[in-house]
Amino acid sequence: MKQKNKGGVQARQQAAGWAFLTPATLLIFLMSFYPMVQAFITSLKTGSSANLQWAEPLFNNYSRMFQDRMFKTAMGNTFLYLIIQVPIMLVLAILLAQLLNNKDLKFRGLFRTMIFLPCATALVSYAIIFKTLFATQGLINSWLVGIGIVKENINWLGQPGTAKAVIIIALLWRWTGYNMVFFLAGLQNIDYSVYEAANIDGASGWQTFWSITVPLLKPVIVMTGIMSINGTLQLFDESVNLTNGGPANTTITMSHYIYNNSLGQGVANFGYASALAFVVFILVAVLAWINMKVGDTRD
Amino acid sequence: MTDKRQDKSLSHIQRKLIPSYIFLIIVSIISVFPLYWMATAATNTTVEVARGKIWFGTNLMENYKNLIAQQNLWQSMWNSFFYAIVQTVLCLLICSLAGYGFELYHDKHKDRLFGVLLLAMMVPQVATLIPLFTMISKLKLLNTVWAFIIPSISTPFMIMMFRQNSRNFPVALLEAARIDGETEFNIFFKMYMPIMKSTYAAAAVITFMNAWNSYMWPRTVMKGNAVQTMPMLIANLSNGYAVDYGMLMLGVLFCSLPTIIIFFVLQKQFAEGITGAVK
Repeated sequence: MKQKNKGGVQARQQAAGWAFLTPATLLIFLMSFYPMVQAFITSLKTGSSANLQWAEPLFNNYSRMFQDRMFKTAMGNTFLYLIIQVPIMLVLAILLAQLLNNKDLKFRGLFRTMIFLPCATALVSYAIIFKTLFATQGLINSWLVGIGIVKENINWLGQPGTAKAVIIIALLWRWTGYNMVFFLAGLQNIDYSVYEAANIDGASGWQTFWSITVPLLKPVIVMTGIMSINGTLQLFDESVNLTNGGPANTTITMSHYIYNNSLGQGVANFGYASALAFVVFILVAVLAWINMKVGDTRD
Repeated sequence: MTDKRQDKSLSHIQRKLIPSYIFLIIVSIISVFPLYWMATAATNTTVEVARGKIWFGTNLMENYKNLIAQQNLWQSMWNSFFYAIVQTVLCLLICSLAGYGFELYHDKHKDRLFGVLLLAMMVPQVATLIPLFTMISKLKLLNTVWAFIIPSISTPFMIMMFRQNSRNFPVALLEAARIDGETEFNIFFKMYMPIMKSTYAAAAVITFMNAWNSYMWPRTVMKGNAVQTMPMLIANLSNGYAVDYGMLMLGVLFCSLPTIIIFFVLQKQFAEGITGAVK
């Protein structure tokens, strides 16, 4: 098995390269791709978890969704959170990054730290903090009544509309600073002289923002957009711990509904839950793809 | 003369920034207040919390006694630390090996494979939950540290981060070491790891925090008080019928303190860890 020296060295290097990446690759195949395939197969089955049979017709679990009102509610909620929260958050994050990128601003580090701080909080922690703040006997109510804006305590989490608003407020609080950090990193790559030139040309703050900052940050916007869409479609901790999906499941998210269908209390329905999960997967993939296409319009 | 003019223009600039300052101060207060309030509530009685007290009180020890009477606080703290540290160590090792392999030995096949691995980013956690749960229970690993860590040891995000940052690793050094007859593995452990310290630090912060904060998966595979984590503990606390707010917030404080301390000590690494894979 004697090889020519140089060929042997190269082969050994090649083998080492593959050896380095094999454990991680195997794990991803085993822990992501293989379960995904299994989820699809399970989504075509029906019956209890111990006794799964092929569904008849095969796509029964998928067609069943169209009659499922809870599915429609969960889907509607998830998209509501997505459509309202993500744009507000991203605009706010860009704006904050833009303000903090000003070299004349004092206490930049302090502002940055404070605005960034919420993302050091565990998701369950902040969900419970907001649940307590907005409790009927909570701080927000005692303030509002104290100031006289409302006459009596509002049951924030007991009404569908206000409960959804609280979830959106909580999400904004937790994730705006997180996204701001991406934009700050992006802005640092923009040459400061561009802004000075705009300033000399007499462009207003808003003009500079829309005609310089936003276009130059486009790649970062696309990326944070994909991450936010992905995250929002998978919302779980907040739905469980802030409202527990309530009142009467009106604020439940897709992931929460899927969880309840599979591993939560009540009847486990692995087949149907897998079908729902597969729909979420397709949504994530399609929305990420659209986002990339929209972001890719090079002039 | 020039000094004076500069002074004047400086204060002019600062005056123009007043709206920015106001806006930033408001946002900062909103950002910090809920956490400040959590800390104060942990020292107050449930009645004081409900009444809207926002200053520190004297009920901290009482809340603590109630908390440890109800929940196995220190066991859960230890669990959270233990799982998060094991996950961080293994994740960093496996993903840095892969990132190094993908970047420094890259060829057509490896680049394509890397592209495939990135697709795993789109796989929603809830979709793999049932198959993974079945897998873990068949392997009889439920309620063990392995159940907690296995799905998150290798993540596309971390591999990507190490792959991107490996571009800063000097190839000349690698070649010199090869000429000296170092084995490929020795080069990784003796040269790459020390040189890439800062990438490891950023990756460690972000992995530890993610592990500490994770909830859906641990809730699925770690059943019972002996193996539960801090997020599970406080979720249980808040689900009671008559919730003691002071005690609850003390629990939340315990759950948040480690990550908040890490944030303040290693903020730069945390920011790098979040944005690390993008550069």
